[in-house]
Amino acid sequence: MNPVYLDNNATTMVAPEVVEAMLPYLGQWYGNPSSMHSFGGHVGTKLKEARADVAGVLGCAPEEIIFTSCGSESDNTAILSALAANPDKRHLVTTRVEHPAVLSLARHLEEKDYEVTSLGVDEKGRLDLDELARAIRKDTALVSVMYANNETGTIFPIPEIAALCKARGVLFHTDAVQAVGKVDIDLSKLPVDMLALSGHKLHAPKGVGVLYVRRGTPFRPFLIGGHQERGRRAGTENTAGIIALAAAMKLAKANIAAENTRVRALRDRLESGILASVPDTIVNGDTEHRLPNTASIAFKYVEGEAILLMLDQFGICASSGSACTSGSLEPSHVLRAMGVPFTFAHGSIRFSLSRYTSEADVGLVLETLPGVIDTLRRMSPFREDSPPKACMC
Amino acid sequence: MWEYTDKVRDHFLHPRNVGELADANAVGEVGSLACGDALKLFLKINDAGVIEDASFQTFGCASAIASSSVLTELLKGKTVEEARALTNKDIAEYLGGLPKEKMHCSVMGQEALEAALADYLGEKAPAHEPEGELVCKCFGVYEGQIRRAVRENGLTTVEEVTDFTKAGGGCGDCLEKLKAILDDELGRAVPEAPAPEPAPAKALTNLERMRRVTRVMDEEIRPNLKKDGGDIELVDIDGKTVLVSLRGACKGCPVSNVTLTEFVQKRLQELVEPDITVREAGK
Repeated sequence: MNPVYLDNNATTMVAPEVVEAMLPYLGQWYGNPSSMHSFGGHVGTKLKEARADVAGVLGCAPEEIIFTSCGSESDNTAILSALAANPDKRHLVTTRVEHPAVLSLARHLEEKDYEVTSLGVDEKGRLDLDELARAIRKDTALVSVMYANNETGTIFPIPEIAALCKARGVLFHTDAVQAVGKVDIDLSKLPVDMLALSGHKLHAPKGVGVLYVRRGTPFRPFLIGGHQERGRRAGTENTAGIIALAAAMKLAKANIAAENTRVRALRDRLESGILASVPDTIVNGDTEHRLPNTASIAFKYVEGEAILLMLDQFGICASSGSACTSGSLEPSHVLRAMGVPFTFAHGSIRFSLSRYTSEADVGLVLETLPGVIDTLRRMSPFREDSPPKACMC
Repeated sequence: MWEYTDKVRDHFLHPRNVGELADANAVGEVGSLACGDALKLFLKINDAGVIEDASFQTFGCASAIASSSVLTELLKGKTVEEARALTNKDIAEYLGGLPKEKMHCSVMGQEALEAALADYLGEKAPAHEPEGELVCKCFGVYEGQIRRAVRENGLTTVEEVTDFTKAGGGCGDCLEKLKAILDDELGRAVPEAPAPEPAPAKALTNLERMRRVTRVMDEEIRPNLKKDGGDIELVDIDGKTVLVSLRGACKGCPVSNVTLTEFVQKRLQELVEPDITVREAGK
């Protein structure tokens, strides 16, 4: 059975065109791009083309692209490089809603006596730019703010933040893993110093990512070994993955406006349909500045994991910010940072669409979900007429 | 994806005995919305002391719902005495096991049963009068509950204590205490707890005050508010005035002023400086 796959912020299907582009480099063209012989040299040429394609899509120079294994590696490399290149600066500014690739690294750095300022967000998940400006100090080595949030889809004002950091002379990194492919990014106009992206979020396979490093940005490699990536990231290149990534990025760029319009319309139909048919439901995040494919919807008085497993019975794939799904006991750090009330936070579901989502997919969710929520609410001891125990406040 | 047994899936997708029991004469309620799971158990016990019928209402994940369903099935036909002997292990075993992170769901079943039996016998529900000190403030877990989970399930690590009771799964401030209780139960030597820092008598520097306020907010005040679905953010410290912003359930709560003066300000006065005041930012 083909699932109704609405979990594209977790990972995406590899586009058929992308599979086609990469297959020869898993099969007959297995040569090492660094080899002297022409068999490897052919792969080297394709790698060069892929780098130029990726740079072309992002509006930067090929030398500014470092291929990595994933978004987390790109984020880690960017942050650790900025700190290593500025040994006298021991302060980092980031936000409370980052992906664990940044958040957990920041916690780890705190244990190593770096100081981290983690900016909060308001109830819609928005940052306060004045607060950000105030957080930058003389010893700030780096500001790292995600482009778009994976759980709510909230898009942060990266152009403004980049300009602010540039004016203050501090390095700026953005985790753009959720944005690339959905937001048109032109690095020739956007003054970020480093940007991370991941292949599998934009219909390329898992195991390939990019770290963009603006020319002139001090850089210290994370992986040390061979000469690959001009000595900035050792390890034999994931040639098939890189070729696939380039194909996926070109595909996304070519259709971005039309796909965004179509996907946004589907997402809006899904969201408004759910809000209209299920009472006591709210949308998490900033609906004005949001990825076109993401809807984070919270259902009062029910728990997210139970919703997901019931939807799973109908072949519907989504994800949840609830505690129970992650193995932790508290709702997601993003929902907590936004101050989403517990009555809603435990019942938050994320639907994330893609260019492969159909009207029929959305239709099935709209048909199925009200019954699922109703079943679980009938099981729940809480409801509107029996408010939860009074809190101490 | 959780590795649930077919039994768990069956009792989740087709739960037995859902809903209120109109003629119940014993009701037990544990958990809360803030904690992420809650169970209300209804029992009808006849004059001979036999449980004739049982039902439940549960807010929680699949394993919480399945544990509740199984609990009601296990209870039907049992005498009160037999029911008393039922433990979380019986629930987990009946389900063919639960993922270790989900064992607390079976413990919740046992606690609801105890609360219901206490209700039947006219005793005070143990959930309202728990034994010992409140150890985990995030999830409201008392020392007595922790000691029992350790004994009945043969727990040997702090992680297991969290899996079974949820204690320590939030801010993590009580992990040291959990370790001490566990060591005590296992007959290990208990290291002496450091004495709490008293409020200093002499004037604080601005820097010291800021550090202490931040620490008390993070370690003492926020975990307490979170327990009730609320939260608070430290906005600024201006001299001896602490500016805060209320979050979560506290936001817009009609008695949030009382929380600010009677809890937040009082704790800061006790632990930081006696003449500190707390104000809500922007008000």
